Amino acid sequence: MIGYIIRRVLYAIPILVGVNLITFVLFFFVNSPDDMARMHLGVKRVTPAAIESWKADRGYDRPVAYNAQAMGFAKITDTIFFQHSAKLFVFDFGRADDGRDIGYDIQQRMWPSLAIAIPTFAVGVLVYITFALMLAFFRATYLDTLGVVICVVLMSISTLFYVVAGQYLIGKLLHLVPISGYEGGIQAFKFVCLPVVVGIISAVGDNTRLYRSFFLEEIGKDYVRTARAKGLSELRVLFHHVLRNAMIPILTRVVAVIPLLFIGNLILESFFGVPGLGSYTIDAIHAQDFAIVRAMVFLGSALYILGLILTDISYTIADPRVRLT
Amino acid sequence: MQFLPVLLWTDALIWILVAVTVAFGAYAARHEHLRVPWRQVARRPLAMGALVVLAAYVTLGLLDSVHFRERLPPVDGESRYSPEVKSVLDLLLAGLRERRERTYSAPFAVYAHAKETMERPDGSRVREHPRLRHGGVHLDDPEARNDDVLQRIGTATVAGLAAWTVIVIGLVMWRRRNDETWPRTLRRLMRGEEPVPWRALFLTSGALILLAANAAWLSRYYHVLGTDQVGQDVLLKSLKSIRTGLVIGTLTTLVMLPFAMALGVAAGYFRGWVDDVIQYLYTTLSSIPGVLLIAAAILSLQLYMALHPDSFATVAERSDARLLFLCVILGVTSWTGLCRLLRGETLKLREVEYIQAAHALGSSHVSILSRHVLPNVMHLVLITVVLDFSGLVLAEAVLSYVGVGVDPTTDSWGNMINGARLEMAREPMVWWSLAAAFVFMFTLVLAANLFSDAVRDAFDPRLRK
Repeated sequence: MIGYIIRRVLYAIPILVGVNLITFVLFFFVNSPDDMARMHLGVKRVTPAAIESWKADRGYDRPVAYNAQAMGFAKITDTIFFQHSAKLFVFDFGRADDGRDIGYDIQQRMWPSLAIAIPTFAVGVLVYITFALMLAFFRATYLDTLGVVICVVLMSISTLFYVVAGQYLIGKLLHLVPISGYEGGIQAFKFVCLPVVVGIISAVGDNTRLYRSFFLEEIGKDYVRTARAKGLSELRVLFHHVLRNAMIPILTRVVAVIPLLFIGNLILESFFGVPGLGSYTIDAIHAQDFAIVRAMVFLGSALYILGLILTDISYTIADPRVRLT
Repeated sequence: MQFLPVLLWTDALIWILVAVTVAFGAYAARHEHLRVPWRQVARRPLAMGALVVLAAYVTLGLLDSVHFRERLPPVDGESRYSPEVKSVLDLLLAGLRERRERTYSAPFAVYAHAKETMERPDGSRVREHPRLRHGGVHLDDPEARNDDVLQRIGTATVAGLAAWTVIVIGLVMWRRRNDETWPRTLRRLMRGEEPVPWRALFLTSGALILLAANAAWLSRYYHVLGTDQVGQDVLLKSLKSIRTGLVIGTLTTLVMLPFAMALGVAAGYFRGWVDDVIQYLYTTLSSIPGVLLIAAAILSLQLYMALHPDSFATVAERSDARLLFLCVILGVTSWTGLCRLLRGETLKLREVEYIQAAHALGSSHVSILSRHVLPNVMHLVLITVVLDFSGLVLAEAVLSYVGVGVDPTTDSWGNMINGARLEMAREPMVWWSLAAAFVFMFTLVLAANLFSDAVRDAFDPRLRK
């Protein structure tokens, strides 16, 4: 198991190098630092001197990948690639284009993100599994059909509408919780409620239907018939046999997302004005701050790979037959 | 010539897609193993109802995909064309475009949404809602609006019902057997005694015809769905958005298909280092969160467009380039799933006896791949294409909200929702843009979901009974 994990972590390195190269090419070859400078300073009426000083301020005035003028190691280290891309590997994110420290911002903003993402995720998974088990229990009845129809209708509605409707109904009409904003500490609860509820509801149709199909696949198998034949109640069959065996496909879908919770939910956070990483990313996109987008791409990929490793480990817990070698 | 035809990139791809679909349909009709699952789809009432709705959307989308530039009066004997690129749909909806208000007005409104300071004939100034320029101008007495609307709804409904009846009669004439009375044929069709669910087809097409008749008739006198900030009719915007939604939903998969198929099948079939390289490629791409990769790519494109404004002759060409690029980049983020699926299926297939036999008989790799492997993974491709559609239409809205979607000048439901955020905060609230985008998008996505479910059930061998 330990050996397996170490090997998987080593496999991650070439993938992260690939991600790094892709973002590097996107941001430094498709558009040169000169273009970026012109963009930020306004496209027209830009003097070459202004461009040079903008680049120098942010360290974009180095050669791209190889510095012939420097000495020794600096030939490689004193380049845009090393300073702005390779340093991401030790999670040194450097500075945003407006001069703020990205690493510090991420540390500050991860907590509101997690405060929303973790309840959405945990409560959400429970809700989806409950609904799906219920539909599986009433399978092939009108209740099941009705449930599936509702699921299809719910999944045909864009997330944006759930957000707008939730904000309007709960915040504006009923005045239960504030429409948007965030505060630390115990006060956070009232700000977190609405995004969490909206987040869960917006994904309920998709997930319930999917989990239901996982359960139905298991319910048709021989061991379930055997369990019923020996006289177990339907509920016990569902919870003890079907649920546990359907865990593998559910875990495949669920565990990989856990590390990405850290990145936050872009739409929920920016709509509800939560100062988390999701709204941080959106703000960076709007402000065309490439340094932040680059950092978030790298962080997202690293977390995704972490999620894949966690998924494999979770298999061994859910199913003792799975051995990682 | 009176018109200068303009072929935008997405137009070309759309018509290629139409040609491919027609060719595939003709091919499927001649092969029993493809005809059977399609016939199964054709027997599902829900799927057929959804198909009627989809067909209506596709028709509007295709009408909006024939572009041209109008000829302007010549100057100094030199012929010039208008810089504005129009489509056939624009011609059909020219009335809606011309009846433009100054700013917001509610659906069926006679007065503007906001108060304005106006001067009375006697010189005094008052703040009140001014009359609209076009909405309900035929009314002498604005109080009579409700009666007028009801009366016009009645007229349109009668006309719609008449059109519908003609269609039903035509169908009954077509399906009537030699010795049958007419009512009997109608009863037989309605009761579902034929394999094709005619009742579902009747009801959906009837509902659509009624809606279309009402919209067409009423929008000559009122703004049925209100107007937006610049006074543009919201119904027009919603209809124009259909093309964008369809383009994103279909072209994205069309763009990614060749790569996903070639790489997935190659990885599974050749194994070894080819497999390693392809797996590395798709793991790397799929490990980047989709939204971020799209954002990164679109930001780069935006920058390129801002710095090279001369590369595009018209505004339409520029926004079209962006739309196409969005499809490509969405395709890059979404091909990995299909690729992985195809790789797994091919890995299984290459061990099957008939492929081993083909090897033993000395068939080349190319012929084995094209004659034995590809036809046997096509059902996966078809299911993925159909299932992905609705997700992509929804994704467009989210991306436009994030600010990395289609060009702001392109009509799209995402842009409408994005604009609605500020409108919702106004007092009194402007809700109709959001509602219109919601209804149009919801109908399309729901129909696509229902139809794709039927296709999946029919083509997935695991689900086949």
